Amino acid sequence: MGERSSRADPPDPNDLLPPPEPVHLLDPDGTLHEDPDHPVDLDDDQLRLLYRHMVVTRRVDREAINLQRQGQLGVYASLLGQEAAQVGGAFALAEQDWVFPSYRELGAAVTRGVDTGKLLHLFRGTWLSDHDPYEHQFALYAIPIGTQALHATGFAMGARLDDNPIVTMAYFGDGATSEGDPHEAMTFAGVFKAPVVFFVQNNQWAISVPLDRQTAAPTLAHKAVGYGMPGYHCDGNDVLATYAVTRRAVERARSGEGPAFIEALTYRMEAHTTSDDPTRYRTKEEEEEAGKTDPIARYRRFLTNEGLLDDDVEEQVEAEAKAEATRMRDEIYEAPHGDPMELFEHVYVDDTGHFERQKVQLAAELAAAGEVEG
Amino acid sequence: MSTTTLAQAINRGLHDAMGADDRVLMFGEDVGALGGVFRVTDRLQEAYGSDRVYDTPLAESGILGTAIGLAMYGMRPVCEMQFDGFAYPAFEQFTSHLAKMRNRSRGRVTLPVTVRIPFGGGIGAVEHHSESPETYWAHTAGLKVVSPATVADGYAMTRAAIAADDPIVVLEPKRRYWMKDDVDLPVTTEPLHKAVVRRPGDDVTVVAYGPMVRTAMEAAAAGEDEGWSLEVIDLRSLSPIDTDTLVASVQKTGRMIVVHEAAQTLGIGSEIAARVQQEAFYHLEAPILRATGFDTPYPPAMLESFFLPDVDRILDRVEESLSY
Repeated sequence: MGERSSRADPPDPNDLLPPPEPVHLLDPDGTLHEDPDHPVDLDDDQLRLLYRHMVVTRRVDREAINLQRQGQLGVYASLLGQEAAQVGGAFALAEQDWVFPSYRELGAAVTRGVDTGKLLHLFRGTWLSDHDPYEHQFALYAIPIGTQALHATGFAMGARLDDNPIVTMAYFGDGATSEGDPHEAMTFAGVFKAPVVFFVQNNQWAISVPLDRQTAAPTLAHKAVGYGMPGYHCDGNDVLATYAVTRRAVERARSGEGPAFIEALTYRMEAHTTSDDPTRYRTKEEEEEAGKTDPIARYRRFLTNEGLLDDDVEEQVEAEAKAEATRMRDEIYEAPHGDPMELFEHVYVDDTGHFERQKVQLAAELAAAGEVEG
Repeated sequence: MSTTTLAQAINRGLHDAMGADDRVLMFGEDVGALGGVFRVTDRLQEAYGSDRVYDTPLAESGILGTAIGLAMYGMRPVCEMQFDGFAYPAFEQFTSHLAKMRNRSRGRVTLPVTVRIPFGGGIGAVEHHSESPETYWAHTAGLKVVSPATVADGYAMTRAAIAADDPIVVLEPKRRYWMKDDVDLPVTTEPLHKAVVRRPGDDVTVVAYGPMVRTAMEAAAAGEDEGWSLEVIDLRSLSPIDTDTLVASVQKTGRMIVVHEAAQTLGIGSEIAARVQQEAFYHLEAPILRATGFDTPYPPAMLESFFLPDVDRILDRVEESLSY
């Protein structure tokens, strides 16, 4: 950090350009094509764990949509269809690595072991977030688009300064690549060789706006060249390809070679959020076509072909998915808001001088309301 | 005693803070080899190396956004926005994240970030280099905002801001960077968020902060010729505001003028007037008046003397107050 990148020795753009085709290892029928550049260095248990995380994610995601329909969540942003991109990416991280998510990263959260019930308090409105970021190295959901890319970069700069072998991963979407903050984040990361991986889930839609309104670039992965980092792309509905590509980027970053950019091609099969109406901007035919590349179905075929998925494993995964969804539901269902006085509690470490009168006012209002109710 | 400028005092404060805690980092545009466009970070890179004192790309949101990430990691970042008018690209990181992260996380994430911003006019600069945007930061829950007006406070408030665990915006009065005082450093002063009576008086309280404290002191000296005894309060902290000190003063004088370069409408003076009239209504002999910049964009350099509050504008308000 602090050193100037040597303009006498700028990178060769050919070393940074994405390969002509996105990396793809699993065919829709589950056939695996091995690629020596992208080895799948996973044992059978890990291969099954990938499946488990995707199934749990989809189950919790569906439960969250149900909870919204029942009025238990104010709104919810589904990741349906993006399970492989999120799980495959997060699975490539080591325990000490950090995830900086947007607001649609349930699959990454499940992979990191984050309590999904705590995570979804955001959408119920009991509090703005309720998981401890330092417990699973999973930062708070960031709603302003792309802003978390800078936090991931700063965190990685700090780790590099300490010679601490942490890699950070910023998740964002295709829409976010148009924002200023990811641009500044990638500029900083390139200049300071920060160990950060920018992981873009290109799900083709930013609410109602398709990719061709976000960019005129050949692919999003090509943008990486402008920041002096390699651009990779992969079939984001192929969990093994996503894992292998991310693994390569993460280990490259950990070894001190700097940041990388990954474009995982996927599709947002659900609406943007439960408040959205996709029938106004895309066709049923398009959705059905995209649904044919369902990441979980494809991976299930692979595991079955390999003899890694029998009825016992399926049952166990189903039981875990149901248990996690139930746990989330129990946490969220009719969860009451906390003490209104907590509004003042966390704004500052030291709030002297800020709220004294307003605290008194709210306490009086609460007391008066209590008397009326009592 | 030795003669020190405000810029030198802040520089020494940064130097000593970095010496006291190796988690303190200093970064921004041109803060390294150049030592900052105002030389406030002069020789810090020489002293602490380019890992801890570094130039960033020219990107203010990047400066603040990476400061947030660094703080989450465990560093104590001090970053510089080169000029008031160039802090705006970072506005989203200020308001959506720096200010809110601790509350959002239910207290689990603290961000001990110090943002230094040279602010205010009076230096004959081109557009965007003379603004007083303090209301934006002071209006934002989760930030604290301070402004040193004396050489001693330049040192002590810099140290206190860096030592504090909350995000703090330090507005440095750029037109006073070369102001001198006899101060031996290191020095400690009043607590960071306390207002200070710089000059006691009986007739009218004049509240100012940052660059306008000196102007208010000059007005008080000139007011003596008119037979007016002005009490000058250096607000020091714009968020939180030390209401008690203001109320105590107006209970004595019964009259108050608030002075700032920033535009009048929704300026800090509006908040002070509201608070003081609420808490000291029966002590007031006159409405609380304001000597401020106009509700116009900051003017071109050759017209700035007509925009900025000066001794005459302050004394006009004093006279008006005394006429009630």
